[in-house]
Amino acid sequence: MTREATAFDRSLMSVEYQTVSYVTGPLVFVENVHDVSYNEMVAIVMPDKSERSGQVLEVSGNMAVIQVFEGTQGIDVDQTRVRFLEEVAKVDVSPDLLGRVLAGTGKPIDGGAPIIPEKRLDITGSPINPYCREQPADFIETGISAIDGLNTLVRGQKLPIFSGSGLPANELAAQIIRQARVVSGEQFAIVFGAMGITHREAAYFMQQFETTGALERVVFFMNLADDPTVERLLTPKCALTVAEYLAFEKDMQVLVVLSDMTNYCEALREVSTAREEVPGRRGYPGYMYTDLSTIYERAGRIKGRIGSVTQLPILTMPDDDITHPIPDLTGYITEGQIVLSRHLHRRGVYPPIDVLPCLSRLMNLGIGEGKTREDHRAVANQLYAAYAQGRDLRRLVAIVGEEALSDTDRRYLHFADGFEKQIIGQGETGRSIEDTLRVGWELMSELPIGELKRVRDFIDKYHPTAGEKAAAKE
Amino acid sequence: MILGTLSKITGPVVVAGGMTGVKMYDVVRVGAAGLMGEVIRLEGNSATIQVYEDTSGLKVGEPVESTEGPLMLELGPGLLSSIYDGIQRPLPIIASQTGSDFIARGTVVAALDHTREWDYTPTVEVGQEVGPGDTLGTVQESPTVLHRVMVPPGVRGKVTKVVAPGSYTVLEVVAVLDGERELRMSQWWPVRQGRPYARKLDPTTPFLTGMRILDTFFPIALGGNAIIPGGFGTGKTVTQQSLAKWADVDIIIYVGCGERGNEMTEVLKEFPELEDPRTGSKLMDRTVLVANTSNMPVAAREASIYTGVTLAEFYRDMGYNVAMMADSTSRWGEALREVSGRLEEMPGEEGYPAYLATRLAAFYERSGRVAALGADERVGSVTMVGAVSPPGGDMSEPMTQNSLRVTGAFWALDTSLAHRRHFPAISWTKSYTLFLGQVRPWFEEEVADDWANVRERAMFLLQKETELQEIVQLVGPDALPETEKIILEVARMLREDYLQQFAFDAVDAYCPPKKSYWLLKTILAFYDAATQAMSRGVSLRQILQIPMRDEISTLKTTDHERAIERMQEMVSQISDEIAGIEVL
Repeated sequence: MTREATAFDRSLMSVEYQTVSYVTGPLVFVENVHDVSYNEMVAIVMPDKSERSGQVLEVSGNMAVIQVFEGTQGIDVDQTRVRFLEEVAKVDVSPDLLGRVLAGTGKPIDGGAPIIPEKRLDITGSPINPYCREQPADFIETGISAIDGLNTLVRGQKLPIFSGSGLPANELAAQIIRQARVVSGEQFAIVFGAMGITHREAAYFMQQFETTGALERVVFFMNLADDPTVERLLTPKCALTVAEYLAFEKDMQVLVVLSDMTNYCEALREVSTAREEVPGRRGYPGYMYTDLSTIYERAGRIKGRIGSVTQLPILTMPDDDITHPIPDLTGYITEGQIVLSRHLHRRGVYPPIDVLPCLSRLMNLGIGEGKTREDHRAVANQLYAAYAQGRDLRRLVAIVGEEALSDTDRRYLHFADGFEKQIIGQGETGRSIEDTLRVGWELMSELPIGELKRVRDFIDKYHPTAGEKAAAKE
Repeated sequence: MILGTLSKITGPVVVAGGMTGVKMYDVVRVGAAGLMGEVIRLEGNSATIQVYEDTSGLKVGEPVESTEGPLMLELGPGLLSSIYDGIQRPLPIIASQTGSDFIARGTVVAALDHTREWDYTPTVEVGQEVGPGDTLGTVQESPTVLHRVMVPPGVRGKVTKVVAPGSYTVLEVVAVLDGERELRMSQWWPVRQGRPYARKLDPTTPFLTGMRILDTFFPIALGGNAIIPGGFGTGKTVTQQSLAKWADVDIIIYVGCGERGNEMTEVLKEFPELEDPRTGSKLMDRTVLVANTSNMPVAAREASIYTGVTLAEFYRDMGYNVAMMADSTSRWGEALREVSGRLEEMPGEEGYPAYLATRLAAFYERSGRVAALGADERVGSVTMVGAVSPPGGDMSEPMTQNSLRVTGAFWALDTSLAHRRHFPAISWTKSYTLFLGQVRPWFEEEVADDWANVRERAMFLLQKETELQEIVQLVGPDALPETEKIILEVARMLREDYLQQFAFDAVDAYCPPKKSYWLLKTILAFYDAATQAMSRGVSLRQILQIPMRDEISTLKTTDHERAIERMQEMVSQISDEIAGIEVL
């Protein structure tokens, strides 16, 4: 088909160009194009008439650079045709998406009925006007003590899990999806964006969702490890567009789990390198911070709307290095982080959350009387302080031996062990926030009461044995 | 009119041809949507433009129109208590005008409310000669701030017409010079150019923050500048926000440059509710917020800190002490890097452009204490505090190092302190200030003669503790002699009862310099008495049991006046009590 022929029925379909001039990595350069807009979506018609999709990355004079989502294998300069679709990347949204499995670009792949879209939304989204944001204020119970008790997740927050290869981040994510509930029992949905996960991992998630019945409240975007890299760049944006729609138009409380952000960043670097851009740290593009922020900042609440978008991105720290650009830039954007520890994992603690480097910046907004319990903040502070002291003492014991410690110090040392076993290492079972606090008080009761300075005001009410001890004294 | 056409689009940077006559940094309107942009490179008749808004959907061939002027701010009454984006568009107006909770593109809104009427009182008379900076009249802009309407820089002449006192909008003419030059309450000024002043003055008054570690150990002066570097989670934003709330200045400009949306919401929600500790009215009445969150366009982020400093200079020229908080300058540096990368410039260190140091120096040099233009030579100052977010907490990176070369104080946040929940997590071993010599006379005059001596002794104990801790790590605490154990104990008191400060406690959030001084003095009195007693043979255990030690720990949360009074007695009581311990 020549250009003239296609131009003829332009009213029926867009122009097709047969002017591919250069192909490299995931990129295709097309010449002599007209009226092409930046970020526009394109269809690429292969020599065998099959179609692939892509997006315009750069327009310069009459040349367009296109990034192909399904890979460039099989594309040739002679016969491949390119059709511009005259719209930016969009995704179909509908409440019926709940319970469905979609490809990374938003097309159903579970063999179910086609989705009748209520709307087609631009996946890039727009930044929320800071003035229109509502401050996060409500607690989400994940059933994980180390998170609920010590680093509470709040609606509208973005709290990533920093994992390492071989650590059970996916198990933790699946457990959270299974257990998570908003305390007041409103409509709750989960959007799961899987980027570059393996078939084994995907099967694990599917089986988890199906056996626990969680699937009906999940929208599952799945981009597998052998799916085209570039498609990964769309997956989180599609997932968040659906999440925003469910939250802000359908009044749902939405939890978005994105796994694994490291794969997303790798894809970003791959495309950047193919475009021959000036690399930043470790070869990642200089705009990675801005790019990540357009994903993470889509969490939040809006004044006057009921719903909320909460994000729980998961990323793998290459070589467990928290200063690597991916966790580093993420940490600067997100409101805290949950860090998994190889050391705890080796000792058989599950979930292996190392609470010392963990942080939830919004915790104070979601806890306390009427939300969780009045003593929550104090208990968290006390547990933190005591555990940190116990950990410090471990180092000392390694040098001078346990005998050299005072009785109080020894109790701290045992406290740290107990803390790791009971509070952190809760295993596969979920725990309500009341249970978490109860276990916390039981552990604290092993320390001398005089040491419990941060929970002083609540000892009478919650300390399990303070009453007995006082009675015994009399 | 200069009208060109788009020829290349790559992300936030676009190229337009046919732009003959356009100047560097002129503002242009890009495409049919009228997106705002700024010319950052010229090559023949084509101009490279950084666009302040998302460029998705732009097409080659769309028109580009020059406004034939640089990026300017509209300055006048009504700035205070506003919330702007990086290019001075009021966010609440954007929301109400577009009816959307998201930021739409191509929105054009006036920075000041052009319909609002202000009570204007002229202070000049017909026939008077006026020059740049002279006050034409005044407006009570907020309950606590008197806004001076000034003759713009570069304008001079004889007043030929003055309006009567009354209500006027910012666009109405309030004075005419030489029968032709009309002056209004508002004026325009380009953001990338510092506002002129008569001369720079030496900064001598401390910039009081109410944070003990800063006011005592690392004070800066009004008109000085400091950076707060720290990895994520170390409390940069909390520190910046407490500075904004408590710093002893007249006007606060808070720039959220590429930071979190939810954090900006916290500021936006809290500041209008917070009572101004100095005047009793609302804190927002003397604050301007510039909010450009990380997901808002990168070029506007680059402009946001210039917007902030220009606003600061404007109030400085009225004779006010202004503090500007920039959170975080690293995001600004990254915006520079991103745009530089798109321009395919040769990268310098870590991909930052080679001109990073020059830009930083030019920015920080806009702080200072000055005699403003105008016949009455008002004195005003701009104090800058910039947060820096070094990647991986590594302070050797270019943003931190280049900032250090041009700023006068380094308030280093320490990750290990933050992990131990020691807040503010400002490290006393790494931080420094170059302003000590300049502000010391003030403290000696206003607080106490021996202020410098007390400060130095406390600092010494803290340094000594660091050394001793290294030994303890190796051999355990029991190996230390009693005279060194007491140093560890006192240093612990300094850390817990003095340096740690609760930003969320009603009393402890702000500590006046007098209280800081007496608190140090009390702890040192304990140390002196203890060493003396130990030389008599009293054991450390006995000394640590005195009840007054517990009282010291409650002082920081005790009402300021009462605490200061109490501490003045305590200093001698502690000595007496310890001296009274019998040797066992």
